[in-house]
Amino acid sequence: MAESQQQPEPIEKVSIIISKGSLEGVYPGLIMANGARMEGIEASLFFTFFGLDAINKDKHEHVKVATVGNPGLHLATWAGGFPGMSALVTHKLAQEMEKLDIPPIPEFVEMIADSGAPLYGCKASVDLFGLSEDDFIPQVEDIITVGEFYGLAAGGQIIFT
Amino acid sequence: MSTVTYAGTSVEVDPEGFLEQPEDWSREIAEQIAAENGIDELTERHWLVIEFMRGAYLENGTAPSIRTLGKASGVPIKELYQLFPRGPAKLAAKIAGIPKPRGCI
Repeated sequence: MAESQQQPEPIEKVSIIISKGSLEGVYPGLIMANGARMEGIEASLFFTFFGLDAINKDKHEHVKVATVGNPGLHLATWAGGFPGMSALVTHKLAQEMEKLDIPPIPEFVEMIADSGAPLYGCKASVDLFGLSEDDFIPQVEDIITVGEFYGLAAGGQIIFT
Repeated sequence: MSTVTYAGTSVEVDPEGFLEQPEDWSREIAEQIAAENGIDELTERHWLVIEFMRGAYLENGTAPSIRTLGKASGVPIKELYQLFPRGPAKLAAKIAGIPKPRGCI
């Protein structure tokens, strides 16, 4: 290989934003964060708006697949709105994920925190929903402003999900 | 594929340095791969992980996920990242002489 050929700089740091509160909205960001840590890439997670549910003590076990307004499911809208449909689809998906060794959200978030990726909540969303630090799992490092988030993200890539 | 000499034995490795033949592996080879990857000394805790990974691979044909590693190896995830700072599952697999884990989790 020619010496002069420039190799692209490897990614060293990622700051991942999770902004959605559905199961399919939360998992991609968690997988990206865990995957980054597995590669030795520095990672942090910033939860905003309904994404906060993934670190909310009372809600993180109850994050569900959106069965209404989700064309990817190929389910008629009226069927998606059927009582219990969201719980059923979530349950099915959870079973499939377990087979692939993908942990449930609470365990996954804890795994990522243990891997050394700090977790942050968005101050504007926390204020908007009338929440406080006590509403979140103990692994949450801090509730920070968007400005502080940009400060922490300096020198890395930002991934919005 | 290329050939590298570890501990006086020449072994075949893939472009990322993972052994092609897990049976070529020895503890001396493990120590050399570790040193090349910034781990100067393999402690008892390192060996626990390395042997668990090797055992799981030889039994199932795939490397365990980081989740399984954290739950079943006896070394919790926090410590795994301290022992193998540049990515525990992959580095431990490399040192254990098994193929690179291809899972996303």
